[in-house]
Amino acid sequence: MSAKRYIIKKRNIDMGIQDKLVSIFSYVIYTFFAFVCVYPFYYIFINTLSANDLSERGKVLFWIKGLHFSNYVNVLKIPNLFQSFKISIARTAIGASLTVIIAAFLGYMFTRETLWKRKLWYRFVVATMYFNAGIIPWYITMRNLGLTNNFWGYIFPLAVSPFYIVLCKTFVESVPIELQQAAQIDGAGTLRIFLQIMLPVIKPIMATIAIFSAVQQWNSFQDTLLLVTDNKLHTLQFTLYQYINQASSLKALVSTTTSSTSIAATLATAQTATSIRMTVTIVVVTPIILVYPIFQRFFIKGIMIGAVKG
Amino acid sequence: MKLIKDRKKAQSYLEFLYILPFILLVAVFSYYPLYGWVYAFFDYKPPFPLTMDKFVGFKWFISMVDNSIKVNQLLKVLRNTFAISGLSLMFSWFPMVFAIFLNEIKSRPYRKFVQTVTTLPNFISWVLVYSIAFSILNSTGAVNTVLMSLGLIDTPKMFLQSSEHVWFRMWLWLTWKNAGWAAIMYIAAISAIDEEMNEAARIDGASKLQIIWHVTLPSLMPTYFVLVMLNLANFLSNGMEQFFVFQNAFNKEYIQVLDLYVYNLAMGGGGYSLSVAISILKSIVSVLLLCLTNSFSKLVRGEGFL
Repeated sequence: MSAKRYIIKKRNIDMGIQDKLVSIFSYVIYTFFAFVCVYPFYYIFINTLSANDLSERGKVLFWIKGLHFSNYVNVLKIPNLFQSFKISIARTAIGASLTVIIAAFLGYMFTRETLWKRKLWYRFVVATMYFNAGIIPWYITMRNLGLTNNFWGYIFPLAVSPFYIVLCKTFVESVPIELQQAAQIDGAGTLRIFLQIMLPVIKPIMATIAIFSAVQQWNSFQDTLLLVTDNKLHTLQFTLYQYINQASSLKALVSTTTSSTSIAATLATAQTATSIRMTVTIVVVTPIILVYPIFQRFFIKGIMIGAVKG
Repeated sequence: MKLIKDRKKAQSYLEFLYILPFILLVAVFSYYPLYGWVYAFFDYKPPFPLTMDKFVGFKWFISMVDNSIKVNQLLKVLRNTFAISGLSLMFSWFPMVFAIFLNEIKSRPYRKFVQTVTTLPNFISWVLVYSIAFSILNSTGAVNTVLMSLGLIDTPKMFLQSSEHVWFRMWLWLTWKNAGWAAIMYIAAISAIDEEMNEAARIDGASKLQIIWHVTLPSLMPTYFVLVMLNLANFLSNGMEQFFVFQNAFNKEYIQVLDLYVYNLAMGGGGYSLSVAISILKSIVSVLLLCLTNSFSKLVRGEGFL
């Protein structure tokens, strides 16, 4: 074997080893990343199902110890918490539906050549993506409008969402114009074309927007912080935040609920500050995890449209 | 003929009427608040309406720099903002590298699994992130339990109630939440690379690392460049939610970024006018940054991102 060929062969072997190392390294490091992302959720979940006295002392790390479900039952009995649950559900359902319908309608209207000053109004709406007055002027505006301590303060500011309108408009533009023209010749008006022709066609993009805006509504925290002092209007996110930060009030809550509900509550199932906090965390995170698989189908598409537009 | 024209006109006004309610919503919630900038030129105390005798001109802007305590405070806030944004900028390559090496995992189901679980944190709120942080980092949390049973520490370490490495830890949480999501764009870009290029490189005897260096990385550069530019444009805007939920008496010195400071000033101390004055200055600088980065991008790539 000539020296030159020997060198080439050795180089190929070295490279083979190097490639293997890259591969092994990737598996190891990504297993670590996956663990870091999954374990915290898992940790909290097993703690909510384990004996509360053990979890209070940090003894539950890998699997459930002393399985019981009373945490989830008891957490429903906290009156404030159930109220915030209802508020969160209501704002998510109402807010997301309104945002989707408006985005679809405006997305369609902004493609209508006949609309008076179409370009101007489109720019008027889209421009709001690029500036914002700051939270204090916004807060003062909301107060002047009587939207502090008001459920609609969660809904109206997010109702017209420029980014979603752009997505809808792009989608409507990809639908053959002949579809609209044919309906127009048959005598359908602007609204009728929207309701009967467009809505069924743009369903996919509406589903995407519905999920995005539902998650946005569900996760929203800052508006409660700024606008709401009445605890009847607090959302789950906000109540959870209070539970974490005001451990003392939580302890008071624990002692009143446990003494009133049952004397027989054993150490293992009696509510503790930790158990309430963790159980609420799971309650708040579960809807997100449930819609997440549907989400995943959509968001790659969504991000690509976003990238093109913006 | 005129009739048709009139009808067309009527139609176009009618269509405008349909969208008018929504135009009004945008006007009220996005444009009208801009009027609130006048509060920066008045001595505004919340419940009372503005009157002309409360007009103070540039008093609040001058007051930012006229005594050393306030200057120090503002400088500290700016230092925190620059440190946290600077860290993000310094490590802005991380999602790209994350995507590149994720692509080296040949088992498709496992790759999908990793991608799925690392993207999930992007969809939970900062309050939930904080709750998770609290649960695993408090004195009886998983991290302290493990460290103590390994004998690495004797007493529980207060990770959240500490002023050490606040910037770095905020960056870590931000990365935990966002890196998987940010990688998606690069993953899409990698899958768009022509397979023939990789094939050609392989035939020429390139190793995996060489392919990454000479084929993958150069084709991701345009995407990376745009994201860095956007990062620069948003240099002063870290948002307040993350820092609000993580702030406490121990880390306040290091965690208070500009957005949080504006909030704390107004809602905590009642300094509405000063707070608006600061956010006006912030907006002006941000717009300048945006224009600057946009024209820089035009210079380099021949097109802007606006």
